[in-house]
Amino acid sequence: MNDTIQFMPVLPEIIIASMACFILVIDLYLKDSQKMISFGLTILTLIVGLVFIVSGYGQEPQLIFNGTVVVDQLSVVTKFGIVLASLLLLIYSQQYALDRKLFGGEYFVLVLLGTVGMMVLTSSSHMLTLYMGLELLSLCMYALIAMQRDSAKASEAAMKYFVLGALASGILLYGMSLFYGLTGSLQLGEISQSLASQDKQSMPLILATIFIVVGLAFKLGAVPFHMWVPDVYHGSPTSATIFIGAAPKIAAFAMVVRLLVSGFSELQIHWGDMLSLLAIASVAVGNILAIAQTNFKRMLAYSTISHMGFFLFGIVSGNEHGYGAALFYVMVYAFMSLGAFGLLMILSSKGVEVEEIEDLKGLNQTHPWLAFLMLLVMFSMAGVPPTIGFYAKLSVIQSLVSVGYYQMAIIAVLLAVIGAYYYLRIIKTVYFEDADQKRILTPQPVATFVLSTNILAVLWLMPFVGVLIDICQKAVMVLP
Amino acid sequence: MILQLSFYLFSTVLVASAMMVVTVRNPVKAALFLVLAFFSAACIWMTLEAEFLSIVLILVYVGAVMVLFLFVVMMLDIDIARMREGFAKYLPVGIIVALGLIIELVVVLSGKAFQLASMPRPVGHDADYSNTKELGRLLYTDYVFPFEIAGLILLVAIIAAISLTLRRRNTKYQTPGNQVKVVKSDRLKIIKMKGQPGAES
Repeated sequence: MNDTIQFMPVLPEIIIASMACFILVIDLYLKDSQKMISFGLTILTLIVGLVFIVSGYGQEPQLIFNGTVVVDQLSVVTKFGIVLASLLLLIYSQQYALDRKLFGGEYFVLVLLGTVGMMVLTSSSHMLTLYMGLELLSLCMYALIAMQRDSAKASEAAMKYFVLGALASGILLYGMSLFYGLTGSLQLGEISQSLASQDKQSMPLILATIFIVVGLAFKLGAVPFHMWVPDVYHGSPTSATIFIGAAPKIAAFAMVVRLLVSGFSELQIHWGDMLSLLAIASVAVGNILAIAQTNFKRMLAYSTISHMGFFLFGIVSGNEHGYGAALFYVMVYAFMSLGAFGLLMILSSKGVEVEEIEDLKGLNQTHPWLAFLMLLVMFSMAGVPPTIGFYAKLSVIQSLVSVGYYQMAIIAVLLAVIGAYYYLRIIKTVYFEDADQKRILTPQPVATFVLSTNILAVLWLMPFVGVLIDICQKAVMVLP
Repeated sequence: MILQLSFYLFSTVLVASAMMVVTVRNPVKAALFLVLAFFSAACIWMTLEAEFLSIVLILVYVGAVMVLFLFVVMMLDIDIARMREGFAKYLPVGIIVALGLIIELVVVLSGKAFQLASMPRPVGHDADYSNTKELGRLLYTDYVFPFEIAGLILLVAIIAAISLTLRRRNTKYQTPGNQVKVVKSDRLKIIKMKGQPGAES
């Protein structure tokens, strides 16, 4: 198309990727006691990346690298969320990783490169770029889980995730290759144009759409492709769970809308129905099975499944309002889950893993502030006003109602109420039950401060909810 | 004429060696036949003007993958007699699967898309055309971004493989210098003990 290659729009990715290589080399020359240097460099890299991402806000959409990459409002907003989430998770996991001997150069480099993978994913306008970003992210996730080599649970989780993830990638690739065969292009814009003139009811097109949707559902962990989620969340060290559980959800949102909404918008009649089935099943199974869990991480895994269903509701409604609501929901969810897993890591200490709900008994007596933070996260996840989680749920349900999907809206509300039970049970355990034995923690001050700001955001962001929803709405305006 | 002859030669060798891969008893020989099969395939690609692919096939598959493969095969102690045990038991299933595959192949290949008429002879390129150069141009211009990301994926694979397998073991070893310097007082402690009352001295 154009002769000169523009690198400036992808500067944040370039900075983070090259710093990852730099840190990889620097780290070789550092002793174990000096790992704080590479940690500091990693944090600095992500902050610089954030600054460059923000400076790109509000520019015209650009299609660069011969149509393989698009940098627009949507990619800027999602990249901001992703890089901020990576930054926060590194701060929260510092002490946890140190105690478990996971605090090394490879941990930082894998997190950084995984972040680059997510950024590539969010700004892809070509199936090749999309797949590359997805694989970069997935490989980093598998490695981060398996890094705790002495733990049989972690190895099992990594193996399970790896095998199922490879299967999902295969299915997704199969769908992509079918689309390539049917439309003659891998570029999403060209695919969209080519689909406009095709028979929407043709069998191969429907088959290809099914493959793509199944692949995406696997990656999202939507029911009935959710089997890996609880095991992986439970088995991984929490420092890896927080990486899987937060930022990739934002990237997954971007992947879904880039593929389905901007690429296959003509096929909405097909994928709309498929997604609504997935969404209802996810919200139902996630919320109901979460009630039976005694392990906090497993419970959060099921809650993830239900939240993924909720955000799919936003996409199902099929208009800009719905996509904006889904983006807002997924952003809010990512930061809530960062808060929840961050709390778990702060509560754990050397040799003590806080995982079971039982372990949280009587937290209010020993650490009232952490107990209050837990209360806020749980309220926000359950969608209790005046937390921001309430507005996220509200805007998704509004978008469902606005297009006339009343039954789905009712199902969503009912299941959200059922889901409130297990969140409230945590609060009951924290506040109204006595601890078996008192454990006094000395949480790291910086991490606690950042975590408190993160979690209190469910309250202090409330006055700005309108602005935030507006940003999300503007971001999805770029989608056709 | 020469082109046709070479095609028949290489494809005969290819099919024959592929048959040998599955029928020969010795796994090392099977792996070597696989090398031959790859080599013949590479030669056929060469006649199709895909010189880059054919060289890469030899370099990567024959040079790297097959050597690794042979290495593993030689290290493993494969009991051939035990592997042949179930032959009669699995034969019916095998035949059914093979028949199914053959029928599918026949159905697909006899379809319209695979008739000679729908596959016109591709136009050959001039002698100064290099598909290595063309591939390179495409990879480093149009697809430079995915290409770079592929590089990052390989980097992640390396980091993951090393960090998952490299263990800094606390190996115990002797330092001869220290051994020599040892004096009796370092190791031997003489303790004066009271004799037990009533014991004979």
